[in-house]
Amino acid sequence: MKSKSTHIEQLHKQYIESLIREKRIVRTYQLFIFAFFFSVWELSSRLEWVDPLIFSSPSKIIELLLTKIQDGSIFTHIGYTVFETILGFILGTLSGTLLAAILWWSPLVSKVLDPYLVILNAMPKVALGPILIVALGPGFTSIIAMGAIISVIITTIVVYTSFREVDPNYMKVLQTFGASRFVCFKEAILPACFPTIISTLKVNVGLSWVGVIVGEFLVSQQGLGYLIIYGFQVFNFSLVLMSLLIIAVFATIMYQLVEYLERKMIKSSNQ
Amino acid sequence: MSFLRIQNISHTYFTKKSAKTALSSISLDIEEGSFISFLGPSGCGKTTLLSIISGLLNPSSGQVLVEGRPIQEAEEPLIGYMLQQDYLFPWKTIEENILLGLRILNKSNEISRKKTFRLLKEIGLEGTENQYPKQLSGGMKQRVALVRTLAADPKLLLLDEPFSALDFQTKLRLEDLVSATLKSFGKTAILVTHDIGEAIAMSDTICLFSSNPGQIYKQISVPEQLRNLTPFEARAHPEYASLFQTVWKELENLEK
Repeated sequence: MKSKSTHIEQLHKQYIESLIREKRIVRTYQLFIFAFFFSVWELSSRLEWVDPLIFSSPSKIIELLLTKIQDGSIFTHIGYTVFETILGFILGTLSGTLLAAILWWSPLVSKVLDPYLVILNAMPKVALGPILIVALGPGFTSIIAMGAIISVIITTIVVYTSFREVDPNYMKVLQTFGASRFVCFKEAILPACFPTIISTLKVNVGLSWVGVIVGEFLVSQQGLGYLIIYGFQVFNFSLVLMSLLIIAVFATIMYQLVEYLERKMIKSSNQ
Repeated sequence: MSFLRIQNISHTYFTKKSAKTALSSISLDIEEGSFISFLGPSGCGKTTLLSIISGLLNPSSGQVLVEGRPIQEAEEPLIGYMLQQDYLFPWKTIEENILLGLRILNKSNEISRKKTFRLLKEIGLEGTENQYPKQLSGGMKQRVALVRTLAADPKLLLLDEPFSALDFQTKLRLEDLVSATLKSFGKTAILVTHDIGEAIAMSDTICLFSSNPGQIYKQISVPEQLRNLTPFEARAHPEYASLFQTVWKELENLEK
């Protein structure tokens, strides 16, 4: 009996070790790709295999980044863009969910609006950029509006669909207690759809970055999108690539935060 | 006058292509404290009738009176509804789930909450208050659902195949528990089922339904000896077997 249990323990140990080994292999390859990509980039730029004026090089980008950090200007730009994106995607998700709630509340409204939603969803929202700028003024407001508008319709459609897919028997339970439609929404429909809403957040983070960067292309005097368009105009591609890398880093951070939030929320509802 | 009067209920479902009559002129009087089963093939409109009795569905014609008044006019909900599955809210704890009815009815106070917790204890689930439905077994969840239904103190219980999703042993145990609980509170109950044995073991009267359209084909009274036994004991009684044969033959006739 005892030898059997030690045998199982040993097997378990081996299993854990194999997991660790696999993880180590994955990490090594990931690091290798990272290092390989940047060193080939650096090398080919130095040896002028590619045009260093257009493709810049990691060392030049870091150099530029250090000067921008020293004079502090980069933080203002990052601050602007991140703030606009967060606001845009929160606004987009909230108003999308609100719209979905209205559609759920009134089946007639949802039937009437159905073709309009389809058209709005199919239309590329960034095309509305110039109109937004004229309507809301060239600044903050229209950029945030871009970040929001790009995700609002798709959020509405996804969340509304999930509202309708909630098992009607949950509502039946509440209705036998005499619950109103509002109580049904609050107690059953909305909490049942929290996982869906969170997962639209994940999509919306990415979308809002698109909206905000395009918005900054069009009007801004600040922000990472502005740096890209400015760098392009003065032909400073180190600046363009640096902004691009910063965007990649911050978009990833935001995505990870939402994913963390999702894990926490789903854990609390799945206990 | 009867506690529950079902008067000439008919119901037709409409779709674009068809109009299907689910129920046709159903009349039935049910006395307070009695236990009625609706037994019949699937698609005979049993669940439709239950929805109409509960007031969730308006019949095409006819009316349901509880204590002489239409069900919709009742000041406080008189109806408790138990479904095939427990439909406990997975994001709420057991405590939140069982107090839900009281909260929605604005009847949540110290006394009613204490009563609900006592009910939970009587049903053998003390100590699960802070757990989530996922942590309980199927039978335990269905028991919690019973507590949630009884907590609002309904006068009439509608049981829509509440035991059909459980394994056989759990089902037998729960039949005894529900039967004893309802008897001790003197509740009137209607059970929808397609299980002949369950109908005989639990009820005072069995209504056999025929389908297309749904009608009450026959009412069978369960003998006194069986009514006074628990469902489990009733199943072992000689009368049970003979009644089972009778009901079985009636159902066979129905299908012809």
